[in-house]
Amino acid sequence: MDSATFILALMDSAVRMAVPLVFAAMAGICAERSGIVDIGLEGKMLAAAFAGAAMSAVSGSAVLGVMAAIGISIAFSMVHGFATITQRGDHVISGLAINFLASGLTVVLGAAWFKQGGQTPTLSGDQRFMSLDLPGAEWAAESLGVVGQFYDKVISGHNLLVYLSVVAVALVWWVLTRTTFGLRLRAVGESPHAVDTAGISVAATRYKALLLTGVLCGFAGAYLSLAQTAGFQREMSAGQGYIALAAVIFGKWRPWQTLGACYLFGILSALEARMQGVEIPLIGTLPTQIFAALPYVLTVILLAGFIGRAIAPKAIGQPYVKER
Amino acid sequence: MRTLPTWYTAFVIPIVQLIAALAISSLVVLMVGENPFKALGILVNGAVNLQYGLSSTLYYATNFIFTGLAVAVAFHGGLFNIGGEGQAYFAGIAVAAACVALDAVLPAPLMALVAIVAAIVGGAIWAFIPGWLQAKRGSHLVVTTIMFNFIAFSVVNLLLMSYFTDPKTLAVESRYFADDAILPMAHELFRSWGFKMPKSLLNTAFIVALITAALVWWLLWRTKLGYAIRAVGQNPRAADYAGIGRSRVIIITVLISGGLAGLMAFNEVYGAQHRMVLAFTNGFGFIGIAVALMGRNHPFGVVLAALVFGGLYQGGTDLQFDMPSLSRELILVIQGLVIYFTSATDQLLRSPLEKLYLRLAPKEA
Repeated sequence: MDSATFILALMDSAVRMAVPLVFAAMAGICAERSGIVDIGLEGKMLAAAFAGAAMSAVSGSAVLGVMAAIGISIAFSMVHGFATITQRGDHVISGLAINFLASGLTVVLGAAWFKQGGQTPTLSGDQRFMSLDLPGAEWAAESLGVVGQFYDKVISGHNLLVYLSVVAVALVWWVLTRTTFGLRLRAVGESPHAVDTAGISVAATRYKALLLTGVLCGFAGAYLSLAQTAGFQREMSAGQGYIALAAVIFGKWRPWQTLGACYLFGILSALEARMQGVEIPLIGTLPTQIFAALPYVLTVILLAGFIGRAIAPKAIGQPYVKER
Repeated sequence: MRTLPTWYTAFVIPIVQLIAALAISSLVVLMVGENPFKALGILVNGAVNLQYGLSSTLYYATNFIFTGLAVAVAFHGGLFNIGGEGQAYFAGIAVAAACVALDAVLPAPLMALVAIVAAIVGGAIWAFIPGWLQAKRGSHLVVTTIMFNFIAFSVVNLLLMSYFTDPKTLAVESRYFADDAILPMAHELFRSWGFKMPKSLLNTAFIVALITAALVWWLLWRTKLGYAIRAVGQNPRAADYAGIGRSRVIIITVLISGGLAGLMAFNEVYGAQHRMVLAFTNGFGFIGIAVALMGRNHPFGVVLAALVFGGLYQGGTDLQFDMPSLSRELILVIQGLVIYFTSATDQLLRSPLEKLYLRLAPKEA
């Protein structure tokens, strides 16, 4: 395999690997910019993956599956909101509770409903999202050289949710920076007292932000069970919610930078799968664990302030208590 | 303002919160078509029966006491250590290294001491960088310890595969430690004294855990360092004015917390399994959070909460055998709900219960 083919194939699989990270990271941005710490991304993704696969298996429709995934993810998001906004509880603790609940519920209900030890039946046909070939891909690959190859191998040939993930980034960027609601959302994350003084409800704004988080996590979970694989397996989110959180920090809570971080982490996980036993000149074979650990190591270095500075929204994690 | 008695705030209210968690879990049991009361009966019987249940409950509780104390000490210092999982896993490799190197020469009591030290040091080493970053660079401990859990998995698995695994076998685990270097297990001890006791994984680490809980109580409320930790936790500014070196105390607190989490490896690797197996931490580091929260961060409360969770774990195993349609992951649901009700939404049940007490209790003159 020549190096151009290798790089294109690597980028192609990096894009696929990054999709759940992109959705979940955008979910994380919505929550965190409004001042809510959300380590429950992982749990919401897992629950959504299960709900999506279960609904799709029963109804035969992937679209209904996505709707179920979003529904359950919003429900969990509201549970988090109730604890953190209404009850003013600790954000990290509530997120942990949600992660435990999702790990438990998906297996208990899955095992009881489908009798396959916590898996859902294998999905096929309309029950999942199949890859789409963009127009002109084959022609471009043959006649446009490297650019055409890139279009054919990396950009074309993904399923609908892959393209939607990029749309989601654009939407989150637009909402945050170009709408009144986005301004308010960012303001409650930085200075809730000022927002309250202006007569805007801090609680309502944060609940709305968590609603967006729920929708986006629903897509992340649906991608796992309806597109990337054909069905739900226990613990299939496998820590990706936490990597998404790392990507949010790495992207400094900004949508486009975060997308970049997700793709970087996507490349690392694509490398993890491909570098097994591959001899690198002068270095020899690298243990694949290095690629698995690298996203976390990079994030810690960034947090330590050694490469740039990651500054979190000011009011993050603090319950808002109205002054009397 | 009248203060409520401790028996009410520290026992009655957490128990009501536990009952609320169990009540919602019952709905899940109903959803899969089983009888919740029957399930609860199996759970409790599985946890406390004398054939095998109680000793396994105590064995699980040993892990939870260590990881719970780890979280509790950090909480007193105003810190949230969610890295118990990674710290215990790294401590495991330290214990395995010590045992593999020395089990041919050291007698069991000495080997046990070395294993305890290795566990504490291993856990503390893995906690050091997050602690240092929190103290010196202000990087949030919650996030760095989450990252370090994942890094631990990669690093420890790599070490385990490269240096401890016998290439002839497929299982990724260290060799068994020599019999002569291992302290007898609980059932072996009791049998040698003439009692009948079924085989279980319970071992001397349980006693170590109880002693550790007592030591943690002593540290927090009877020593200068403990005072400094609590001062930094409750009011960092006041601590600064009192001349307490804040960043030094933060680092020490995190090291102690990591060492306590590391001790879990003493129970699992040295005491119970007599070898290091892949992913032995099994999420127990995270359960420490639930245990510390339910135990109100008091060492005595941590021990009680660890017993409750130990019982849930052991009882959950029975539940799976007796009710095949109900998988043991139900305990994860219960655990999640316990965390949610005892701390995320603590006030939800606590404030009405406090008002109830004030209304019903006889007024003092």
